[in-house]
Amino acid sequence: MSVPESVIASNLRDLASTPRALPNLNRAPLEIRALKSGFLTALTWIGALLASVPLFSVIYTLLVAGGSRLNWETLTALPPSAFDPGGGFGNAIVGTVVMVGIATLISVPLGILAAVYLAILDPDSRLAHTVRFLAKVLTGFPSILAGVFVYAVMVVTMKTYSALAGGVALAVLMLPTVVLAAEQAMAMVPKKMKDAAYGMGCTRTQVILKVVLPTGATGILTGVMLAIAGAAGNSAPLLFTALFSDYYLRSLTEPAASLAILIFNFSGMPYDNQIQLAWAASLVLVLIVLVFNVLARIIGRQKY
Amino acid sequence: MASHPFDNIDRSSSVSGPPSGGDYVLDRSFRGIAWFSAALILALVIYIVFEIGGKALPAISEYGLGFLTSTAWNAQAGQFGILPHIWGTLYSSLLALLLGGVFGIAIAIFLTQDFLHSQLAAVFRTIIELLAAIPSVVFGLWGIYVLIPLLRPVANWLHANFGGVPFFGTSLSGPGLAPAALVLAIMILPTVASISVDALRQIPYKVKEAAYGMGTTRWEAIVKVMLPTASSGILAALVLGFGRALGETMALAMLIGNSNQISLSLFAPANTLAALLASSFPEAKPVEVQALMYAALALLAITLIVNAAGLAVMKFATRKFEAER
Repeated sequence: MSVPESVIASNLRDLASTPRALPNLNRAPLEIRALKSGFLTALTWIGALLASVPLFSVIYTLLVAGGSRLNWETLTALPPSAFDPGGGFGNAIVGTVVMVGIATLISVPLGILAAVYLAILDPDSRLAHTVRFLAKVLTGFPSILAGVFVYAVMVVTMKTYSALAGGVALAVLMLPTVVLAAEQAMAMVPKKMKDAAYGMGCTRTQVILKVVLPTGATGILTGVMLAIAGAAGNSAPLLFTALFSDYYLRSLTEPAASLAILIFNFSGMPYDNQIQLAWAASLVLVLIVLVFNVLARIIGRQKY
Repeated sequence: MASHPFDNIDRSSSVSGPPSGGDYVLDRSFRGIAWFSAALILALVIYIVFEIGGKALPAISEYGLGFLTSTAWNAQAGQFGILPHIWGTLYSSLLALLLGGVFGIAIAIFLTQDFLHSQLAAVFRTIIELLAAIPSVVFGLWGIYVLIPLLRPVANWLHANFGGVPFFGTSLSGPGLAPAALVLAIMILPTVASISVDALRQIPYKVKEAAYGMGTTRWEAIVKVMLPTASSGILAALVLGFGRALGETMALAMLIGNSNQISLSLFAPANTLAALLASSFPEAKPVEVQALMYAALALLAITLIVNAAGLAVMKFATRKFEAER
């Protein structure tokens, strides 16, 4: 059934001609709602600015307390004993670099291969789903438990704390970061590129090695850099795998110094010299971590 | 005269053809290695649980569940109990979650709800992400020499004037729960903020437009529309942040005071499971190592449950939006 148009038109005319109270669509500036909104907006601003205070405070103290002590001697000399002046943490820098290097050598190839399986070979298999979930769980894994694990597996059997054990413990922590980043980078490679390669008659391995990995390389590298930055700053797993050493590293099967453990040990000492060194070591450690973070950002920003 | 590229092809060995025997071998072995690597991660996790559990077994059979409810930790007397550590772990993490959660969500709102020009928001986001890059020990050092001296007069004033309130029941002499929880809050803030930002970004733009179109103020749009829509993502952010806090070690070992007591006071020293492992492990005798392995197992169980719960909530949150699109 339809209403004649003339009826609608007359109704509309009536509507237009009757004087009606239109709702006021302007918001009064001092209305309670508006005041509340403004107040909470201001609160958010304060909260956000307040949250960045610690970062600036940390950076400021690092530069002031650590920067004043940073010189060639601190970067190369061995840690001083209790009442000695001077000294440095050259061995700790070497130890950190060596152990992060070992961890990278273990976790990066393993992580990328696992990611190949997760992203390309069989993304929907039960194994892939399980491993993906476990990798995510492992990113929230307390780092000290990696130390406990490696202590039980390596330190107990080798009967000595070692740089090698420290490296393996860090590798356990780097692995999930590398796997997840590499998987994501490979999954983003456009399907038509892979299809084109298959169309050329490539085997799956050739597609992966010649198309997927080179195309996803920047994303993978970003993940690797972030993992390295995380491992370099991580100290908990080194506490009872690498322990500490007052000398330069001579072999991988002996205890090794690291910047993080040096800071931990020196922070509790009642000597000014050691505390100054702890600040300087913190500055160096933060610089190392930031360099890798910034590298990750620069690489990640590049478009292919 | 330009020769056509195809003219130069040696027809006797055409470029096209089935993969050679070498290709087959390479393909099979590469895929095998990739499968093996993925399986290795699964094996690693099982091995971690098995190894820590296995090493804890003697302690489990000796102390049983009483280990979890006993308060004494005395290596000489062979008494081990981790109730104070469980309490300290949960209490410090909850306090950190309260603070880090409020600020983390505030930052997520700040970054996603048009408070800043998008380029400025990107800069601010980088600042928050850099906060996550600062190593735990550095926060510990900063806590000892900057935060505790700042906190001490405030804490002692609170204790002097409101000492009757259980939270302020003791004075802050040095390390204690309050500085530890504050540093912990700073450390989980980037986690909470970045996952919440992702959750808020997932909301289709038209939802916000519809809210503003209904005449809401900015704050009504945020509280009544944006936050409820992103609620499961934000919940996941909080749970995962809580998981981070539970396992955090070095800063806590430096700031919490390593004292095995159960107290509601924010200024009393306390201890956590991770800090117990960090401080006792290097010098532990075999019997104590077994007990520490039991404690490690408890920490592993708590964090695995919390993280798995967080991931499950996050999966649910993502799926909700995928279904709507």
